[in-house]
Amino acid sequence: MKSKTSPYSKLFKGAALGVACGIGLSVSAMAQAVDFSGERVEFIMPFKEGGGSDTWARFFAPLISEQLPGQPAIVVKNIPGGGSTKGANIFQQRAGNDGLTVLGTSGSTQFPYLLGDPRVNYEYKDWKAVLASPTGGVFYVSADLGIKSAADLGKLKGVEVKYASQGATSLDLIPLLAMDIMGLDVNAIFGMKGRGAGRLAFERGEVNVDYQTSSAYLTKVLPLVEEGKAIPIMSWGVLDDDGNLQRDPTFPDLPHFAEAYEMMNGKKPTGIEFKVWKTFFAAGFAAQKGLFLPKETPDEVVDAWTEAVKKAVASESFKARSEDVLGSYPQAVGKQAQKSFAVALDITDGDKEWIRNWLTEKYGTQF
Amino acid sequence: MIEAFLTALVTVFSGVHLLYLAGGVTLGLAIGIFPGLGGIAGLSLLLPFLYGMDPTSALAMLIGLVAVIPTSDTFTSVLMGIPGSSGSQATVLDGFPLAKKGEAARALGAAFAASLFGGLFGAAVLTAFVLIARPVILAFGSAELFMLTLLGLSMVGVLAGNSLVKGLSACGLGLLLGSVGGAPATGEFRMTFGNFYLMDGIPLVVVGLGIFALPEIIDLLRQNRAISEASELGSGWLDGVKDLVRHKWLAFRCAVIGCIVGALPGLGGSVVDWIAYGHAVQTSKDKENFGSGDIRGVLAPESSNNAKEGGGLIPTLLFGIPGSGSMAVFLGGMVLIGLEPGPSMVGNNLDITYTIVWSLALANVLGAGACLLLSKWVAKLTTIPYALMAPFMITVICFAAFQATRDLDDLISLVAIGVLGVLMKRFGWPRPAFLIGFVLASGMETYLYQALQFDGIGFLTKPGVLIIGVLIALSIFFAVRHIANSQQELGAKPEVDNTSVPQNRMPQILFAGAIWLAFAYGFYDAMQRTLLGGVFTAGVCGLMLVLTSVVIFKLVKGNINDTVNFDSEVAEGYAFDRSVASMLHYVYWLVGLVVACYLFGYVISTALFFMLFLLVKARTSIVKTGVLTASALVFMLALAHVMVLELPRGLLQDAVNMPWPLG
Repeated sequence: MKSKTSPYSKLFKGAALGVACGIGLSVSAMAQAVDFSGERVEFIMPFKEGGGSDTWARFFAPLISEQLPGQPAIVVKNIPGGGSTKGANIFQQRAGNDGLTVLGTSGSTQFPYLLGDPRVNYEYKDWKAVLASPTGGVFYVSADLGIKSAADLGKLKGVEVKYASQGATSLDLIPLLAMDIMGLDVNAIFGMKGRGAGRLAFERGEVNVDYQTSSAYLTKVLPLVEEGKAIPIMSWGVLDDDGNLQRDPTFPDLPHFAEAYEMMNGKKPTGIEFKVWKTFFAAGFAAQKGLFLPKETPDEVVDAWTEAVKKAVASESFKARSEDVLGSYPQAVGKQAQKSFAVALDITDGDKEWIRNWLTEKYGTQF
Repeated sequence: MIEAFLTALVTVFSGVHLLYLAGGVTLGLAIGIFPGLGGIAGLSLLLPFLYGMDPTSALAMLIGLVAVIPTSDTFTSVLMGIPGSSGSQATVLDGFPLAKKGEAARALGAAFAASLFGGLFGAAVLTAFVLIARPVILAFGSAELFMLTLLGLSMVGVLAGNSLVKGLSACGLGLLLGSVGGAPATGEFRMTFGNFYLMDGIPLVVVGLGIFALPEIIDLLRQNRAISEASELGSGWLDGVKDLVRHKWLAFRCAVIGCIVGALPGLGGSVVDWIAYGHAVQTSKDKENFGSGDIRGVLAPESSNNAKEGGGLIPTLLFGIPGSGSMAVFLGGMVLIGLEPGPSMVGNNLDITYTIVWSLALANVLGAGACLLLSKWVAKLTTIPYALMAPFMITVICFAAFQATRDLDDLISLVAIGVLGVLMKRFGWPRPAFLIGFVLASGMETYLYQALQFDGIGFLTKPGVLIIGVLIALSIFFAVRHIANSQQELGAKPEVDNTSVPQNRMPQILFAGAIWLAFAYGFYDAMQRTLLGGVFTAGVCGLMLVLTSVVIFKLVKGNINDTVNFDSEVAEGYAFDRSVASMLHYVYWLVGLVVACYLFGYVISTALFFMLFLLVKARTSIVKTGVLTASALVFMLALAHVMVLELPRGLLQDAVNMPWPLG
């Protein structure tokens, strides 16, 4: 469907104009030359309709559409399967570089890439990130465990805690690894259909520890905290510019993971396991969702998209509703997004080896 | 609370709200009538309109859309034997035979009246139940859900047809096929042969279409007639409404079942219609017409599957956990509108909850009413010669199957399961039993494993588990009595008509042998897994190897009049009738279409298939062929474009950059 020549010729004209006008031309002026009028942009979404990532994409689509030159319609095309590897593979294989096909990813797309899943045929480093949406998470325990805060975590040593999980290689890798690093004795029960199902198991008393991402925590767990049924222990934190863990501004009163570890064990977390945890935390939370253009997309097109996303994020309609849909985390656009993903997707061979071994030993994952 | 009640009432009956609701209903009906699309595709269409709308109007449209999808999908289930969505698979069992008898209008009338009743009942129950639902839902843990899957499985007893061993083996085959893919406990991939498609499991839509729709199409093509045997469409839709009144208690009970199962997060909407259908068979005295056009077989699933939507709202609104695909869409829509589900929906936002519940009721009235009025005309489709209908239906089925995961492998599985369906139909292996096994497989394994992890073996003593245990015992009791009765009847028959009993049992033995091998492979595969990853399939296969061995033994050594011995080629007289095309003939046509899709993509192959089929089989003129082909293609392409759906691409499209629409 993308074989019409108009965008190419427009691009060509834009490029030619750029050359003709010489060096003094600013980036934004070049972006002006890109025009998507009358086109239709396909926003590939490798997840099912109705889930968190789909909602994220459908929230952004009309906002960005308004800001792109020529206001093209942006339609979300869901291609779920293979834990989101399928849609990403199709994007890698088929997307043209005219800016009319973009991809939205999530932690579930980043993790298989980092773990070297055989189903992954895509290369993040080829793509141009224009937006990274971070989120956070809060770890909480049942009041029945008898602890009041992270300072009491030491009391849980030797006690078996139960955690309801979607799978060891899903985003649940973060809590599972965190609990392991802290030295908790975790019995993970798999086969949950989502974090919501895990929370339900917690509410039923079937498990006694759980975590939720920030927005779900605020709307669905906070009432349980107020009733005295759930005790918040820590947030995962956020990464600062130097890659250090800081308190999550949404939960300033909760210690972050490294602090909680220190409260429990009297020293800061170190070693390869903590380094690996931070890598996956970056890919699963700090840059959880990303909007990408395919490889070899001309700079003018990338700039046009970046500008549009920047304006969309600054718009009134974004501000009015983003807190409900995305939580109150700053969106990273353009260079910042690229930087977030550069951090999130950088894993050394040694770390990869370590996490694969850990998964195989602990949870029998076969690679 | 009274205040919330009144606020909601005023909102629901305000002019603007009604208008948007009607808009959503219209859209939902138009989409729902097309198999495989359902509410999910509806969202893509609706969403652009939701922006800038005030939340209540947007909500009205969303509810209108979600509420009527299980209503309008009945059209294809009854008229063409194509299950429109997973919620209406059981409707096919008796609805389609009724259409074949020329009673399509009556079946549709009954179905829509039952839908209407179920929808209203669901909303009424919801009004009171939503206030106390939280503790009730929390009482249903993994242990109780596991017991409910067992209850579902016990329905196999009455759906097993004439031979119980065959019924159980068919159910086992469903369980085996349903456990293809990642193991719930360990994530290990079972029986996938390294194939990425199989790793996600075979989609229910594809299985439903393959096992029910394709065998019917092939059967009708072989007989070369219109769907309806009668040229007069007989009694109209009013009779269907009267049927509902006559069987009001059945509809009532099934609506209760729909509400309860729908409200439990985790079981999913695809089980509801089967449990209701099984219940109808169990509690009826005269069962012999079930499966060949008993109106109760239409009333039961239809009254339950609309009540289910009301029930399904409870976990969606209260916990943010959607019970079905359409509820997931509804949830996504709610978040976009700015409504966050959670405990506040029965607190501060109670008026919104009531607005949703009553809008649902109203949408059901509008939707079912519109369908009732339409059914008289739509039923006429069944009088069109089948060779003209078939290419449309096959294209639609392929399109619907492809939407399951947008993968060419969907089409390959469709045809493979279609062939399985044809053979099961031919040799009298009950397909409903197979489908129940398939639908319940993953839930059963997951919940059993989870229940054991949560509570150990002690889960069996939980009060909820014991209560459901009693229900299972009752269900099995009914099943045993049913089997005893039917065998008495058979024994009472003085002489079995020898012409309807196959003498050559070789084809059946080969088929049963192939199924035995499938179980043997499943067992072998389970042995390669860890204990938790393989124990369920190993258990199922071990048991089934014994049962299929019994089937094979009976076929080889047994009495020729044993109920296990069945071959529709003989029973229907095809084997002796040279005018009937061989069974494989139309299978080749289907395989040809799928191979062409693989090579040239959907658009080119469908065009070729249409033209060839119409010219060769329907013997239409060249002009008529051209017009029919073109209109079908334009329709499909427009649909795919508007709804942002992918059409299958072939090797050609991967190799060469083709212009739209070929590419």
